[in-house]
Amino acid sequence: MSSTAQSPSGRTASGTTRLVWIIGVLAALVLAGFVSHYASASPDGLEKVAAEHGIDEKAEAHAAEDSPLADYQVRDVDSPRLSGGLAGVVGVGATLAAGTGVFWLVRRRASGGPDGSGDGSGDGSGDGGDAR
Amino acid sequence: MHVPDGFIDTPVSVAAGAVAAGAVAASLRGARRELDDRTAPLAGLVAAFVFAVQMLNFPVAAGTSGHLLGGALAAILVGPWTGVLCISVVLLMQAVLFADGGLTALGVNITLMGVVGVTVAYAVFRGLVRLLPRARGSVTAASFLAAFVSVPAAAVAFTGIYALGGTADVSLGKVLTAMVGVHTLIGVGEGVITALTVGAVIAVRPDLVYGARGLTQPLRLSAAAAAAPARPGGNGNPGAPGTTGASGTTGTTGITGAAGTPGTGARSSKETNA
Repeated sequence: MSSTAQSPSGRTASGTTRLVWIIGVLAALVLAGFVSHYASASPDGLEKVAAEHGIDEKAEAHAAEDSPLADYQVRDVDSPRLSGGLAGVVGVGATLAAGTGVFWLVRRRASGGPDGSGDGSGDGSGDGGDAR
Repeated sequence: MHVPDGFIDTPVSVAAGAVAAGAVAASLRGARRELDDRTAPLAGLVAAFVFAVQMLNFPVAAGTSGHLLGGALAAILVGPWTGVLCISVVLLMQAVLFADGGLTALGVNITLMGVVGVTVAYAVFRGLVRLLPRARGSVTAASFLAAFVSVPAAAVAFTGIYALGGTADVSLGKVLTAMVGVHTLIGVGEGVITALTVGAVIAVRPDLVYGARGLTQPLRLSAAAAAAPARPGGNGNPGAPGTTGASGTTGTTGITGAAGTPGTGARSSKETNA
């Protein structure tokens, strides 16, 4: 009896999972694209301690400092609000894509038994190589 | 807490890179148990969310700010192995695209925020969940404390790595005190953000919170009895889906199917049969 009662609402469960996902992505986009403009610009804990205690004496310029997105600003976009917001949105999109890609490859296949997991571990070590 | 290039010398950076690579490889293996068709997209979302919230520096003292590290949040939401991978993906994106955190320091940063942050947070979380009464509020409280502790722990780990391979001659005692001091303050922010986020997801879909699995079992059953009228079709028998459900999470699946999220059990048994 319970399974017949659950059957139609099974769609509801996956539906709310999708809803949670959509709300989460929207929240991330709003936070990175809009709220980030109001974040504190002060040095963070490590930067502050490093400056006060001379840890940063031999700090080097970042190898990617010429990246068009360096320091969370899109190059050639003049408005700091727009530039930072765009960089945040790009970052959320890139992280979502990279993360989902890795997790989708690593995941336990629904149809797979022991065979599936053997298959997957090959994929897994491949990802490790990419990630490095 | 993104370590730039040049803070840590080459040998220790290489060693930290090896530690990070080993941890990522082990996590790719371990995450298989935590990820399926339903949770993999959510884990991607957690990585993106951590990236977003890391942009939100909050002031902690005069002229100093802090931001979420995210290890506790990711571990509690999607599991510790997947949590290490989430933080690693975020750090990789930040280093490559945004010039935040050195490229040669990527191993150091993954070790600090991914490995140490996640491990300490999840160990504290598990321990507290065992000690505290089995209730939703306990998961939220444990989330706060786990996240809070993980930040000064990462600060201690940084000082340790700096002791091994720091490029400047500084007083380690003073650095340790200063690092732990400021990161204890940042830890409060980490705890608040983590508890709010975990609490919000638990309020809507407790079955999606990895750290609340199993724990909510008795609670969910009694909640089901109390809230049954509010949820149509919400009195599934926990035993029934369990007999055919995917291994490992059968109990939880069945229970959560009983209250709030009917149909999860039926769905997973359908997938198993397919």
